Amino acid sequence: MSEPENPHTHLIERPDWSTTETSEGSQELFTRSETEAAELGRQSGAVLRLPEGPVLDPSQIDFDRPDDETMIVNMGPQHPSTHGVLRLMLELDGEVVLRTKSVIGYLHTGMEKTGEQLTYVQGATNVTRMDYLSPLHAETSFALAVEALLGLDMPPRATWIRMLMGELNRMSSHLMWMATNGMDLGSTSMMIYGFREREMILSFFEKTTGLRMNTNYIRPGGVAADLPDGWEDDVAIICDTVLARTFEYDDLLTGQPIFRERTEGVGGLTAEEALALGVTGPILRSTGVPWDLRRSMPYLAYDEVDFDVVVGTYGDNFDRYSIRLNEIRESIKIVRQIIEKMPRGDYRIQDPKVTPPPRGRIDASMEALIHHFKMFTEGFKVPEGEVYSAIESPRGELGTYIVSDGTSKPFRMHVRAPSFVNLQVLPVLLRGGLLSDAVAVISSVDPVMGEVDR
Amino acid sequence: MTDVALGPVAGVPTQIGIGGIQVLFPAIAEYVSTVAALREAGFEMCVDLCAVDYLGHPGRPLPDGVDPERFEVVVNLLSLSGRRRTRVRVQVPEAAPMVPTLFDVYPGTEAMEREAFDLLGIRFDGHPDLSRILMPEEWEGHPLRKDYGSGRVPVQFKEAPGPR
Repeated sequence: MSEPENPHTHLIERPDWSTTETSEGSQELFTRSETEAAELGRQSGAVLRLPEGPVLDPSQIDFDRPDDETMIVNMGPQHPSTHGVLRLMLELDGEVVLRTKSVIGYLHTGMEKTGEQLTYVQGATNVTRMDYLSPLHAETSFALAVEALLGLDMPPRATWIRMLMGELNRMSSHLMWMATNGMDLGSTSMMIYGFREREMILSFFEKTTGLRMNTNYIRPGGVAADLPDGWEDDVAIICDTVLARTFEYDDLLTGQPIFRERTEGVGGLTAEEALALGVTGPILRSTGVPWDLRRSMPYLAYDEVDFDVVVGTYGDNFDRYSIRLNEIRESIKIVRQIIEKMPRGDYRIQDPKVTPPPRGRIDASMEALIHHFKMFTEGFKVPEGEVYSAIESPRGELGTYIVSDGTSKPFRMHVRAPSFVNLQVLPVLLRGGLLSDAVAVISSVDPVMGEVDR
Repeated sequence: MTDVALGPVAGVPTQIGIGGIQVLFPAIAEYVSTVAALREAGFEMCVDLCAVDYLGHPGRPLPDGVDPERFEVVVNLLSLSGRRRTRVRVQVPEAAPMVPTLFDVYPGTEAMEREAFDLLGIRFDGHPDLSRILMPEEWEGHPLRKDYGSGRVPVQFKEAPGPR
């Protein structure tokens, strides 16, 4: 399909040499002589323009610098510290990073297109595979969007189970981050510890949902199954153990001179830059903006639990580390309150439109069998409309935008992936820093490539 | 909650969406000025920008004076100070699927506009680097269009290098 020619649309010409081996072409970073001044400024991290106050004085960019003084280095996509298949192209002056461009799409599997072929019953199995470190948040966002279209109110127990699983998932995701961040900074013991603690939580997920990851547990209409008997004890043990271990992490990392040297003041970000770039989650909070959707625009029942929103000051790697570590503790606080307050009752809505009949009735009733069969083959119809529902995932605002045409499949399903938007801060964070810190900075952004590429 | 935002963007057709969210329907010519006015009104962050292909949709309720077109660009804005959201939906004609870029208002829309261009073929006038972002560079077509026909086209991967 040929694109219509239009003089107003800016398309970068592809130099002949760039695409013979890879297929990325104009997505790549070009040498200075082939880059326009405005683009050069943008790739250097000058995202804010006048009159809002430029973060980077354009006069600081040396536009006339000859190409042979700098070097463009390709990093990834097969690099262990890019947390998947992130490819970065860095322009270096010695060891100092001048420009950065991230090239993504290596994990693109067309999940938004797939979402249009799946019914709303099947949809949760799709979205759960996007952010594979916090699958339950993607499911929650999807379920809340569908329920908003249907106009359903969940029974309290379903809501509180969603919160419980969401907070446990936040802990496991942050523990995973602690592990990989430790590994990126050379602390392999932290990696082992982080995975060890995460495994406890995943075991509880397996006990509850049947799967460790990609659980398809939170569905439109409630959750798939009730919590197992004795879940309070399991969760209490997780809370006690992980809380005690977070103080071991303090001993291991927080006060450790080498760790602080490598994180403090590295990869700084200001609140203005974060807001302009649409950054959310721990990265936004590290700049001092107290924005957490659980607190600011409460969903589920987060207005009924007591917790603190952790914010940083400098927006550097250390702030992002501290925020994630302390969010584990806040999640433990929330989980303990959920154990106290968990209501009794139904774990899924008793609406035959969206809830299949219980297994026991299928053997007894022909109608129930037909109903069950139609539910899982045709799905249920959702009224026409469009809705955007956002929740706070461990990486930031995770939104689902669904357009329904009244059938049992979404007409369009778009997921606002926090990692995808957050990746745009990399040129800002990396500019002027050392190449050896680049690995630590990428890690502190916490991108999950399954969610970036979808 | 709707009166605050209505001030600077008076005259733009409006709907109240699910959850009481104000949805604005500016024309393409008013699109950037509307979003800029909303930014002035306290919507500090553009959280999401995506496009929708309405080909084959049975028809959607639009306010008076807004003619449905095949494509729609949907912008979700967030006000941190006011703790509320708003949505801007622009009708984009099939013949010339082009809207001005929001990059100058919200630099964070850069990647999202590239994604909308890549997957739906909406062109953003003035975007600094409108290249494909998720699909390979030489991919033909825009996969999220409704007439793309998934499964019809053989998968366009490069063949593996043969034995020496």
